[in-house]
Amino acid sequence: MSGTKKETGFAFTIDGVEVTAYAGQTIMEAADEAGVYIPRLCDHQGLRHQGSCRVCTVKAGGRSVAACTQPAAPGQSVENETPHLNKMRRDLVEMLFHEGNHLCPICEASGNCELQAMAYRLDMTETTRFPYLEPCRALDASHPDIALDTNRCISCGRCIRASQDVDGKGVFGYVGRGIHRRVAVNGEDLADTDAEVTDHAISSEVCPVGCIIRKRVGFVTPIGEREFDKGLIGHEIEEKRK
Amino acid sequence: MDNGQNGSNGVASPVCNVAPIPEAEIAAICAAHGNDQHRMLDILREVQDRYRCIAPSTMDMIAAETGLTRIEVEGVASFYSFLSLTPKGRITIRFCDDIVDRYCGLKDVVEAFEDVLGIKTGETSPDGEFSLEYTPCIGMCDQAPAVMINDVIVTGLTVETAQSTAEALKQGTSPEQLVSDRFKDLTPHERALRMVENNIRHAGEVLLGPVPEDAGLNKAAAMTPTQIITAVEESGLRGCGGAGFTTGRKWRFAASERAEKHYVICNADEGEPGTFKDRVLLTERPHLLIEGMTIAARAVGARHGILYLRGEYVYLRELLEQVLEERRRRNLLGKAILGIKNFDFDIRLQLGAGAYICGEEGALISSCEGLPGEPKTRPPFPVNRGYLGYPTVVNNVETFCHAARILDKGAKWFHDMGTEGSHGTKLFSVCGDCLNPGIYELPYGHSVWELLEMVGGGDAAAVQVGGPSGTMIARDSFHRKLTFDDLATGGAIIVFNGERNILEIVEYYMSFFVHESCGYCTPCRVGNVFLQKAIHKFRKGLANPEDVDYLKDLSATIIETSRCGLGMTSPNPILTTLQNFPLVYSVVTKPNKDRIRDTFDIQSAIDGARKIAKRRSYIFDKDFTQ
Repeated sequence: MSGTKKETGFAFTIDGVEVTAYAGQTIMEAADEAGVYIPRLCDHQGLRHQGSCRVCTVKAGGRSVAACTQPAAPGQSVENETPHLNKMRRDLVEMLFHEGNHLCPICEASGNCELQAMAYRLDMTETTRFPYLEPCRALDASHPDIALDTNRCISCGRCIRASQDVDGKGVFGYVGRGIHRRVAVNGEDLADTDAEVTDHAISSEVCPVGCIIRKRVGFVTPIGEREFDKGLIGHEIEEKRK
Repeated sequence: MDNGQNGSNGVASPVCNVAPIPEAEIAAICAAHGNDQHRMLDILREVQDRYRCIAPSTMDMIAAETGLTRIEVEGVASFYSFLSLTPKGRITIRFCDDIVDRYCGLKDVVEAFEDVLGIKTGETSPDGEFSLEYTPCIGMCDQAPAVMINDVIVTGLTVETAQSTAEALKQGTSPEQLVSDRFKDLTPHERALRMVENNIRHAGEVLLGPVPEDAGLNKAAAMTPTQIITAVEESGLRGCGGAGFTTGRKWRFAASERAEKHYVICNADEGEPGTFKDRVLLTERPHLLIEGMTIAARAVGARHGILYLRGEYVYLRELLEQVLEERRRRNLLGKAILGIKNFDFDIRLQLGAGAYICGEEGALISSCEGLPGEPKTRPPFPVNRGYLGYPTVVNNVETFCHAARILDKGAKWFHDMGTEGSHGTKLFSVCGDCLNPGIYELPYGHSVWELLEMVGGGDAAAVQVGGPSGTMIARDSFHRKLTFDDLATGGAIIVFNGERNILEIVEYYMSFFVHESCGYCTPCRVGNVFLQKAIHKFRKGLANPEDVDYLKDLSATIIETSRCGLGMTSPNPILTTLQNFPLVYSVVTKPNKDRIRDTFDIQSAIDGARKIAKRRSYIFDKDFTQ
C-alpha cells in the first residue's frame, strides 16, 4: 500500500503535526511512517487491514473513523491523542478484557501482551465498570507444539490473516455470530490442521495476547525483561520522530 | 434469548449424529450451483433443507467441491440462524418472538405447541420429527402471533388454533396441507394470500392504487440513461429502507463508474421489527418492483441483478420466481429487452437465512457473495466497488417501485407530493395496540396523531417510530411529523398503550440487537451485551441513579466507535426512552427513606454466596431453625 511515487504525496495533520501521505495510504500507514502512534490491536504490520477492534478510532474531518482502514485525505485534520478518543479506546479495551478471561498474573503472555500493554498506555487504572462474561471454552492442546486457549482470544483475527495471506494455509477462521463469534480452527482440533510451529500465524508477534501458545518455551524470557517492560506499546513508532 | 454469558455458540457442540450423507449427493448439490463459492448460501440452504443439518463431514465435502477450506464453510454455516450444525426436526416450527407477538399471547401459543408435541422450545423431539425455536420478527406483526412451519407461515394464532395445528402436524399433516387441502392447485399468489393477509388499510396514489403495467419501463426504454437518472433525481426520491439516501445520486455514482460489469440489487430483507411493508409490495406489486429494477439497470448499465429475499419470506419465493419467469417470457427480462439492442438484464433470486444484519447494504452484498453477512469496510462504497468488486446499486423494494412510477408519471408529479425534503408517499406498516394494524400509504408529512387516528390507536401511550433502531416517543411528541427531517422511519410504526412496560420493551429490543449483531467489531459485539445486562438490572429494580449515566456513557461509545449502522443505532431504544420517558427510569432507581432500594431483596442478593458456601446465612436466613 505504501506509496513509492513521492510526487503524489500530500499533507494532512494529526493533532496539529503535519504528516505526509501518498495516494492509497490509510491514516494509520501515514502516521506510522511519520512516527505518530495510533493505538491498535487488530491491525498488524504486514497483514491486511480489518478495522474490527476499533481501538484506532480517530476523528477525521469531524467524523469518527478507524484509522487503519480510512484513507488519508489531503488537508484533513485528524485528532488522535485526545482525552475523548482515549476514553473511547479505554472503553473498548475494557470490553475486550471483560469479554474473555484475562488473568494477567497467571498468563504466560504477561509483559508481552498487547492488550495488557494497551491498558497501561490508556491508563486503565481505575476499577472497571463492566460485567465479566466469563466464557468457558475448552483448551485445545492437541497439537504437539502448539496450544490454544481461546478464553484469552480478543477476536482480532491476526492469526487468520497471517495463516491465509502469509503462510498460504487457512488454519484459522471465524465462526458464529455476535457475542458468540470467535476464532476456530480448520478441523476438529489444531492437530487436525496443517498448522506448524514455524508458521507466521503461530509466531509470537502475531497473537497479541496469550491465546496461541508455543509449547516448551514458556517463561524463557523472564518477567521484567519482556517486550513492554522496555517501554509503552507504540514506543518504537514514536521513537522514529525523536 | 442469549445474554452472551454462555461461552458456547453451538458451533463446537456434538457432531451431527445423522446417517452419513453420500458424497455424490453433496457433490450434485454443489454442481447444481456451479460449484461456485459465491453461491454458498444457496448450497447450504439446500443441504439444510434436505438433510436438516450441516454436519462437519458435509462441510468438508462442500469445501472440497467449491475450493474453500472447511473453516470458511463453517464460518457461513454458523452465521445464519436458519442453518444448523446439529440436526433439526423434519418440521421446524419457529415462533416469531417479537414484542408485539408477546403482547398478542405468544406465550400461550408456545405452550400449546409444547404440550401437544411434548418438547420445549429450543429442543428437537427424540424421533427427529419436530423442532421448536424462537426467531425474531418475521414481518407479520399485523397478524401476530405468527409462526413459520418450515416454509409455511401461519398467522393470527390462538391457543385453540395452535393446539389444532400442532395436533394436525403430529398426525402427519404436511405444513402445506395446513394452508389448504388443494395447495397444489393454488397459484403462488393464492398460496401467499391463504397464509398471510395483506391488510392494506389505505392505498395511496403511487404504489397501492391502480398501477398500469410496465408504463414506466416503456417510457424509460425511450430515454437515455442520463435522462432516467435526472428524472429520478428531480423527483426527490430518497431510499425507503430507512437511511434515506437520495436515489438518483446513488444511481449517478454507479453509472459514472467505469467497470466491466455493474449490478443492481434489491434489498428485500426488511428485518427491522415492526416492518412488513415490503411483504405487501412483494405480494401485490412484484411486477412493479422488477420493472423498477430493470429501469435502474438501464440507468446504470447493469446486465445482472439480484433480488435478496429475507429467509423469513421464503413463502414468497415461488411467487417471485414465477414473476421473473413470466417477464423473461414476455421479453421484459433477458436479452434485448423490449427489442432494444444491448438492453440485456436478468435477475436471480437470493434467499437469506435468518440474519437481520443482512439488511445493511454491505452485509447484504457479503451475503449475496456467499459469505457471512458482515458489513464491508467503507470506503469503497458499493456504488464504486460492491458485489464481487463491481459497481452496485442497492435499493429497497419500495424505492424501486417508486422509481418505476416516477418514470411513468414524471418527476414533478412525485415531487409535488409530501413535504420539502420528503417527497412522494411512504408505506407505513402499523402494528401493536391499535384497531386496524396494516399498511398505510400516505404522503410524507402527516403527524403521528393523524396516523394514530387513522389506525384506531387513540389510547397510545408510546409509539416506536422506525422500529428499535428508530425513536420511541411519548404523547407529548405525537404532534411530530413523519418526514426525513423530523421522525424518519423505514416504515415501522409500533403502537403501545399505557398498559405496556417500557422497560420490558427496551430490554426486548436490546436482546434483539445482541442476537443480531454480526460480532465483527468490539463495541457492537460486546457493548450491546453490557447494555442488555444493565437494562435487565433496571427491570429487576436493582439499578442505582448512577446507572443512568452508565447507560448514556456506554451508549455513546458504542454509537461512536461501531463499524456499521447496527451499532450506531442499537442504543436508541435506551437513549430515546431515557429522553422521552425519564420517569420510567427514575421511579425504579429512587431510593426509599432508608436509602435502600424498595426492590432490594437480601435473600436473592446473598443466594450466590449461599450456594458457594453450601450453607445458609446466620444473619439473614429468617427461619434458620428449620
